[in-house]
Amino acid sequence: MSNAAPRLVLLLLALVPVGFLGLFFAWPVVSIVGIGLGGSGVTEVLTSGDTWRLVAFTLGQAAAATLVAVLMGMPLAYVMARCKLPGVGLVRTLILVPFVLPTVVVGLAFRSLLPDGGVLSIVLANAFFNVAVVARTVGGLWAHTDRRAEEAARSLGASRWRAFTSVVLPAIAPAVGSAAAVVFLFCATSFGVVLMLGGARYRTLETEIYLRTVDLFDLPGAAALSILQVVAVIAVLLVGAFARRRRETALKLRGRTETAKRPVGAEWIIVGAALLVVIALLVPIVGLITRSLTTMDGWRALAGTGDEGTLEVPAWQAASNSIRAATDATILAMLLGVTAAVVLSQLRRGRAVLGETLDLALMLPLGVSAVTVGFGYLVTLGDLPFDLRTSPLLVPFAQALVITPLIVRTVLPVLRAIDERLRQAAGTLGAGPFRVWREVDLALAWRSLIAAAGFGYVVALGEFGATSFLARPDAPTLPVAIARLISRPGELNNEMAYAACVVLMLVTVVAVVAIERLTPAVGEF
Amino acid sequence: MALELQGLSVRYGSFAAVSDVDLSVADGEVVALLGPSGCGKSTLLRAVAGLERAAAGSIRWDGTDLAGVAVHRRDFGLVFQDGQLFPHRDVAANVAFGMRMHHVDKADRSARVDELLKLVGLEGYGERRVTELSGGEQQRVALARALAPKPRLLLLDEPLSALDRALREQLAVDLAALLRATGTTALVVTHDHDEAFTLADRVALMQAGRIRQVGPPDEVWRHPADDVVAGFLGCTTFVPARADRDLVTSSLGEIALPGSGNGTVLLGLRANALRTDPGGFVHGEVVQRLHRRDHARLLVQLSGDGVPSGPVEAVAPVAGAPEPGDAIRLALDADGIALTGLAV
Repeated sequence: MSNAAPRLVLLLLALVPVGFLGLFFAWPVVSIVGIGLGGSGVTEVLTSGDTWRLVAFTLGQAAAATLVAVLMGMPLAYVMARCKLPGVGLVRTLILVPFVLPTVVVGLAFRSLLPDGGVLSIVLANAFFNVAVVARTVGGLWAHTDRRAEEAARSLGASRWRAFTSVVLPAIAPAVGSAAAVVFLFCATSFGVVLMLGGARYRTLETEIYLRTVDLFDLPGAAALSILQVVAVIAVLLVGAFARRRRETALKLRGRTETAKRPVGAEWIIVGAALLVVIALLVPIVGLITRSLTTMDGWRALAGTGDEGTLEVPAWQAASNSIRAATDATILAMLLGVTAAVVLSQLRRGRAVLGETLDLALMLPLGVSAVTVGFGYLVTLGDLPFDLRTSPLLVPFAQALVITPLIVRTVLPVLRAIDERLRQAAGTLGAGPFRVWREVDLALAWRSLIAAAGFGYVVALGEFGATSFLARPDAPTLPVAIARLISRPGELNNEMAYAACVVLMLVTVVAVVAIERLTPAVGEF
Repeated sequence: MALELQGLSVRYGSFAAVSDVDLSVADGEVVALLGPSGCGKSTLLRAVAGLERAAAGSIRWDGTDLAGVAVHRRDFGLVFQDGQLFPHRDVAANVAFGMRMHHVDKADRSARVDELLKLVGLEGYGERRVTELSGGEQQRVALARALAPKPRLLLLDEPLSALDRALREQLAVDLAALLRATGTTALVVTHDHDEAFTLADRVALMQAGRIRQVGPPDEVWRHPADDVVAGFLGCTTFVPARADRDLVTSSLGEIALPGSGNGTVLLGLRANALRTDPGGFVHGEVVQRLHRRDHARLLVQLSGDGVPSGPVEAVAPVAGAPEPGDAIRLALDADGIALTGLAV
């Protein structure tokens, strides 16, 4: 752009998400780091054998879950990318459901499936969440990879398997790498399922930070562990960003319709494997519904507070708290996420480094433990002129932080896909910068904006890590209430938890289906 | 002069994409910027549109400097190589877009849309989705869209390059007629000689960010400023010669070339500068033969004093074209010869 005004506007726009991130993410996290570095906590924690056992378990279970998710995701990616079959669209939608299911729901589902599951159930539950990330990231690239390279390899005498390993795999490897990095991140910082399935027995860094803060009140120790985690997360994100960059530059992409065919011969084996994966993904969901329907007591009890007043408010009120908080969080996150996406989409030209850095900074909240952030809020927000800690906005703020990266990831690819010359054409026809944005960007991206909002809303509704830290006992959200119900004895509590989980799950499923109908491609992870 | 560029330079970092360009376009005139890819011609066009910042020099319209005028206030239409139609709008809405930005009321808009669609030969296409159009149709819609708000200047960036050959030739003729009929002032960027020569009143030859020559098509074709320009315009072999009252003598024989005057000249030979002729002055041996649509193209090793040392191109009629190894005689043909000089 030749005139200075839009650049200034862009800069001011950038200040909105950057300012929010600074105040409600960087400051709390840095404070925690400060506390951790301040005392003798760090040396104590770093020299303790327990810490390294904890780290080993965290990374080990994440690696295992990532491996399972990749193995399960690959046949799905193949089917979604290469097969012209009825029901592929449905599969795309179905596999997205686990990804947005509230962690407490998944935790409970796996608990009812594997009552004494331990490590196995933690690994499976984490993988369950992330199969969609692998399938959709890899499938997305695979679908647009030229099939003719593979055909050329076959004509040169390569077997089907050889053609796959020597031509296809190198082409989609960046997507597999980037998906694996993100999945690893999600699994390593996974909180809800680990807490519910591992309890005090199997702890990761994430749950340990929580337990030390809440149960032991060992702030320096928790802070030291948070530092460890932040360092690890940044390392993984850098690897992911590197893989993404290679993917964007290295390939000649084609339309999906050109590459999808009806499967033949041995390809049906892969289709069968994909079908098994889908069934495997459905098992916990169906199991949970069946379990909740064995008795109607839990459903009826939703109006109350559980056995001997386990909850301070009736469950229905927790549900209404959830709705309110998720709505506020979504509005705020849309404001931040869309602004950030607009700035990032404009920055790309000629400023790759700046864009890449901002991109990475926006991804950080996705990886840094929500528990760390929640903990950081408690430490820092008292210093603000208005005390947010007692405000009903505290939970929405934290949730907004968690869902903003998702919104950016949903909207940004759409904005980036818009040819710059389309905007320039509108400009030469007399549209000013704001009008160009409205007539071109908004007109082309509105579906993805709605999808992003829906997506964010569902995730906010199920958010557990930060919310469990910040929600006051007299104003729990539904996931927090569920966690409390199952942490207390009493058959009625259990029944209530199952019923409430099914409610959350139904809301999630409806939202996901609606979003998928609206846009064919949600998210780029 | 309507458009006037003075000392215009555009830089990308330390790379000068356009250096010190002077160029003018008169009211109603069509000027083509012709040059190889990467010569800076598109950058120049984008600078005129207001999409690139000038590092030095000025762009004026009717004497007014456009330096501080934003893209959307310049009132210049722009047509891209691949249309860049708005995919979410139908044909009519694409064409009406500029008028909507200029607050033309609805009735006038739809009348003008019909008028323009008729002008570009797409009557009745208004409600089609642009994604369903062929490449040629898309370019026609892009043209209609750019013309609709009656721009002061139309900028065309390789408007026909994305189309296949037959369509390109047809559309070039249509476009030339349309620009004349509407009296549009236009600046066209192209790397294709035929396109430039079909469309333009004047051709500006660009190379490495600089304009090497500006003139009417036939003058540029027959009198390229130097051997570099001549090379871009299809001359593959250069032969020094002497002119004496428009009669030019060289190692390839004598030929009358109007405008060559007296003194030392340089002849630029295109593929059709030498023809087989039993009584021709030049002797040679056929190295290779290629069949073309309406003639045979030969590669001939010449023999004789002072002739070019490498093989040169020549043409022969399809019937009875000589075989490789045949000894033949060739004569010069004025149609394939450009008069030029050495680049300084």
